[in-house]
Amino acid sequence: MIPKKVNTVQEALNGIENGMTIMFGGFGLCGIPENSIAELVKKETNNLTCISNNAGIDDFGLGLLLQKKQIKKMISSYVGENAEFERQMLSGELEVNLIPQGTLAERCRAAQAGIPAFFTPAGFGTEVATGKETREFNGKMHIMEHAFKADFAIVKAWKGDTAGNLIFKGTARNFNPCMCGAAKITIAEVEELVEAGTLDPNQVNIPGILVQRIFQGEKYEKRIEQRTVRKK
Amino acid sequence: MLTKEQIAKRIAQEVKDKYFVNLGIGIPTLVANFIPKGIDVEFQSENGVLGMGPFPFEGEEDADVINAGKQTITTLPGASFFDSATSFGMIRGQHVDLTILGAMEVSENGDIANWKIPGKMVKGMGGAMDLVASAENIIVAMMHVNKVGESKILKKCTLPLTGVGCVKKVVTELAVLEITPKGFKLLERAPGVSVEHIIASTEANLIIEGEIPEMVID
Repeated sequence: MIPKKVNTVQEALNGIENGMTIMFGGFGLCGIPENSIAELVKKETNNLTCISNNAGIDDFGLGLLLQKKQIKKMISSYVGENAEFERQMLSGELEVNLIPQGTLAERCRAAQAGIPAFFTPAGFGTEVATGKETREFNGKMHIMEHAFKADFAIVKAWKGDTAGNLIFKGTARNFNPCMCGAAKITIAEVEELVEAGTLDPNQVNIPGILVQRIFQGEKYEKRIEQRTVRKK
Repeated sequence: MLTKEQIAKRIAQEVKDKYFVNLGIGIPTLVANFIPKGIDVEFQSENGVLGMGPFPFEGEEDADVINAGKQTITTLPGASFFDSATSFGMIRGQHVDLTILGAMEVSENGDIANWKIPGKMVKGMGGAMDLVASAENIIVAMMHVNKVGESKILKKCTLPLTGVGCVKKVVTELAVLEITPKGFKLLERAPGVSVEHIIASTEANLIIEGEIPEMVID
């Protein structure tokens, strides 16, 4: 067993510097690495390029980094659930690159899997295709998209073991598995960290080879963005 | 003229047995409430769930189980969770039978614009570009005219496109339109709405053949 466990979030985030490109797992506020984001706020790391489907809300998720102006550029598919984001984008302080969600996921997966580029029909004929190579396959037009290059990927899983194996829960899975191994170093924070040998290998979603550092988050708030219910 | 619920009801008639369906935000979400009895359907949400059920009962919300609109949801027997790459794999791979989404504009060659108004805050396309580029069967739920009465059913879209030549059918508060190689064909009209009213509310040309029946909505 190759040990991946680190004891603290500080140790996990060691080496993250100003100006780096970082992937963050999560969809909305679901399955985001809360503890790592809180620590990045404390560390005051700035000029970051963030690859993340969304940008959090004003006072949670990546919104916390936005508030402190630590983000230089966002690469996302859907943003603007927060006023500060809008203000920074319109004033030109924040650079925003919007890309189709499936393309975002596949650019992560391609980086993980060592595929430098791929063709997708998403965005053909739209401004997303501007400047990109196009090609016809089976009578349909596609555009070429490249794998992401990132310094760190920070993901959140439900359970993990000291070998870095991960298990996800519900739709908190989302982009997290796609980002494992898609950057030079992958950091996983988990709700429950167990000794290697405890998890059933049949149930492992992401093998530890794709994770370099793993730690148990101190606490999880798991905020709900849209609480929708029905009456009993 | 149809209400939003009635638009959803009419679209629900297009959902066939054994369909996997992706519903967009807004009117499309309502379609789930009107699926005819005796039909087996599974709803996919692109953030990574198949077999979506209704909203949870109060107190039973799970922050880890949401839909693409970030709303808390439940799952039904046979449901599954998966990652985003797998999710868009099933969309791009055309395993999802029907996509229902909203639009700001649709043109007579099936182009759709629904993600950006230049000069206004741009929130992003989310999964819409992947969905419209890949799905074989796309139905658009939208209002026929905007707030100042201008047609959103156009010869050519004026807003930045989400996808080209992809929409198959449009259901509005006034009509059901099919997109044919020759343009919009008027299939049905809303109860009490005349063909003349629809023509006057539509910037694009309409193909009108014979008597146009009224929609049947119970």
